[in-house]
Amino acid sequence: MTPPRKKKLNLKKRYELMTRGLDWETSYQKMDDVFPYDTFEGIKITDWSKWEDPFRLTMDAYWKYQGEKERKLYAVLDSFAQNNGQLGISDARYVNAIKLFLTGVTPLEYQAHRHFAHLGRHIRGVGPRVAAQMQSLDELRHAQTQIHTISHYNKYFDGFAEFPHMHDRVWYLSVPKSFFDDACSAGPFEFFTAISFAFEYVLTNLLFVPFMSGAAYNGDLATVTFGFSAQSDEARHMTLGIEVIKFMLEQHPDNLPIVQQWVDKWFWRGHKMLGLVAMMMDYMLPKRIMSWKEAWEIYFTEAGGALFEDLSRYGLRVPKYADIATDEAEHISHQNWSIFYQYTQAAGFHTWLPSDEEMAWLSEKYPNTFDKYYRPRFEMWREMEARGERFYNNALPQLCQTCQIPMGYTEPGDPTRIGFRSTEYAGERYHFCSDGCKDIFENEPEKFSQAWLPVHQIFQGNCGGAELSDVLEWYHMKNGTDNMDYTGSPDQKQWDAWQSVRKRVAG
Amino acid sequence: MSIDIKTVNVEPKRQTFAHVARRLGSDKPASRYEEGVFDVQATKHFHYRPLWGPEHWHFDEGRTAIGMEDWYLFKDPRQLYYGTYTIARANMHQTTDHNFAFEEKRDMLANIDPAWREMIVGYLIPLRHYEWGANMNACSISDAGYGTAITSAAIFTAGDRLGIAQILSRIGIVLGGGDGELLDEAKQQWMEADAWQGVRKAVEDSLVLKDWFEALLAQFLVMDGMIYPLVYNHFDTEGQRHGAAALSMLCEFMVDWSAEHNRWVDAVVKVAAKESDENQALLSDWYGTWRDTMTEALAPLASMVMADAAEAALRDVHQQLDDRAAKLGLSI
Repeated sequence: MTPPRKKKLNLKKRYELMTRGLDWETSYQKMDDVFPYDTFEGIKITDWSKWEDPFRLTMDAYWKYQGEKERKLYAVLDSFAQNNGQLGISDARYVNAIKLFLTGVTPLEYQAHRHFAHLGRHIRGVGPRVAAQMQSLDELRHAQTQIHTISHYNKYFDGFAEFPHMHDRVWYLSVPKSFFDDACSAGPFEFFTAISFAFEYVLTNLLFVPFMSGAAYNGDLATVTFGFSAQSDEARHMTLGIEVIKFMLEQHPDNLPIVQQWVDKWFWRGHKMLGLVAMMMDYMLPKRIMSWKEAWEIYFTEAGGALFEDLSRYGLRVPKYADIATDEAEHISHQNWSIFYQYTQAAGFHTWLPSDEEMAWLSEKYPNTFDKYYRPRFEMWREMEARGERFYNNALPQLCQTCQIPMGYTEPGDPTRIGFRSTEYAGERYHFCSDGCKDIFENEPEKFSQAWLPVHQIFQGNCGGAELSDVLEWYHMKNGTDNMDYTGSPDQKQWDAWQSVRKRVAG
Repeated sequence: MSIDIKTVNVEPKRQTFAHVARRLGSDKPASRYEEGVFDVQATKHFHYRPLWGPEHWHFDEGRTAIGMEDWYLFKDPRQLYYGTYTIARANMHQTTDHNFAFEEKRDMLANIDPAWREMIVGYLIPLRHYEWGANMNACSISDAGYGTAITSAAIFTAGDRLGIAQILSRIGIVLGGGDGELLDEAKQQWMEADAWQGVRKAVEDSLVLKDWFEALLAQFLVMDGMIYPLVYNHFDTEGQRHGAAALSMLCEFMVDWSAEHNRWVDAVVKVAAKESDENQALLSDWYGTWRDTMTEALAPLASMVMADAAEAALRDVHQQLDDRAAKLGLSI
């Protein structure tokens, strides 16, 4: 052996040695048996070594940065708990936004942990595999830090305590759950496109900014600290998302039509799911940041527009129905809040009608639609409440077979008519809220015909019984505590009691 | 002087989440491990069969033949959740960094007998590929396993194995004077040298196992349970006699890590074996098969490093592992 001489590796070379050099071409078992899942989708990869590592983190650096972030985050959470930070929020109605987050989003972070582990094992290229493993760890981090952040709220407010149980059962939570089940049951390249690109890159700001800025505006120091702490993880996830798309498009021209169809599908899936965030932003935050429409303009129309212009050199175009989604940004939050108001008896958070001041804000933010289509509805419901005839919709709604949201959306260009599409598959008729959802079904009817639709399941007797009380019990949703209007709820009574004591103490 | 700080008296309505309280037996304060792990995985009403394997749901108990009434009996005795995991590893690695700096400054690896340096390239550096195989198995377990208790600990292990592979790579780089030539040499040994083919075959065979629990037992209990004491104890002791004390310092992470990791592995295997006679029989069967495979696979490697002392070293490793497995409830 030659005697050692002092040499210095550049960072890129060193990182390559530390990661890609670990892999080997198996010979006792066939490579296709070791990596059985990365070819069936038809994506052609001719040279994995062309993968550009979007970030070069060795494991020791990962532990160091992440450990440091965790130390700081948990110090804030401890202090928040010790000082009863929940007393400092804008209003107890705000807490309902994080109920939606814990029951709807946190379980998806866990699913992401699992499926990035799947990719971290089953993608043949070492570069993306290591990146996926770190993301699997990050996603577990997000699930656990969210639970730990919200744990304190659970001690003082209702609606949080049964979050995993509800996630697997409650009607509107099947919207985010089926979204992620769809991604995890797809092949690895579709998952990358769905989650790393369409969701983490194109749409993530529409989830993250509303919730985290919403937390900041409403005095929720714990959640906002979590949000800041997660930001640098998200930045890594975004760079992975864009790198994967470019890599697939650069590797082979046959990949373009496959990727385009996935981009179309996952844009539309994301748009429908984010309707829940739209409603949270426009109706559930006592102190508002900006309207959903404004957020959509900034984060999708402008930022997404620039992104797709950049990607046009690969032949990728703006997702199909992006124009319709932009049109729907004028309507979706109002229509969704109306659905939850009508079905408050089966919602795991509290509802309310917007106040005069809030309606004035909505008029200002939605000059084309709010006064014309939605204000009259809310005012009528307000009058009914005043007469002691609060409106409850006691009929179970028809759900869209694809997005699983009740069919309450209107026709593009005609907000007075409910949109309705259907198609036949294997002798059965399936129903959809939109052309986008119908297209998705028709591309994969065998998959989407399997959907576990909560309303169908109730009718089939699989959800505890035929009465509302049976279903609520099966949901572990405490009637009169977790559900119904904010006014009169135990949350409200407790909040008002705290406020009156604080006034006395201060006075 | 004592002062009276005026605060609003707020009483909690509950101490923890309902599913956690059900597991603790009553509503009482829960640890962050318990809240961050219990029941976090979805268990019911999945929507679509995976395109990549329609015989199971993506989270499915049927991905192993091991049966459990409750998958959260696999509690991690280390109580690791993401925060405690990253902080613990960052601390451990700080010592490793310190040791590397100390040795590089004094050029300590240069003092090892040249012949033994060659031996290190032959027995230690190829282990970075073994660790990468372990990383792949850990990812598989996190992917296919059932319940957050298993999947979270498995992805931490995946991170650990990548980290260890990188420490071994670093040793190879320092030993080679700063570039990657020795890593290439070591890879060639892994691919071609007779001493390694039994181990490489066992690793590749483990990568195509369909049952994640078998992969867990094969990788974490048997393969690690033989390779770690053989390499970091017996081979290391042999190295001391060739002036390789400096190497021991650089391998400290692996020694400490392995002791910690075994606590988790033992807890998991013990709980699974105790659950039912069927589990116990299956685990014992897997154990016997993999132990015999590994005993045979390691013989040429051991004799390369330890010559005449190899047989005794392997016998010792074998015996220690059998004793450990018996304590976990397996039939030997």
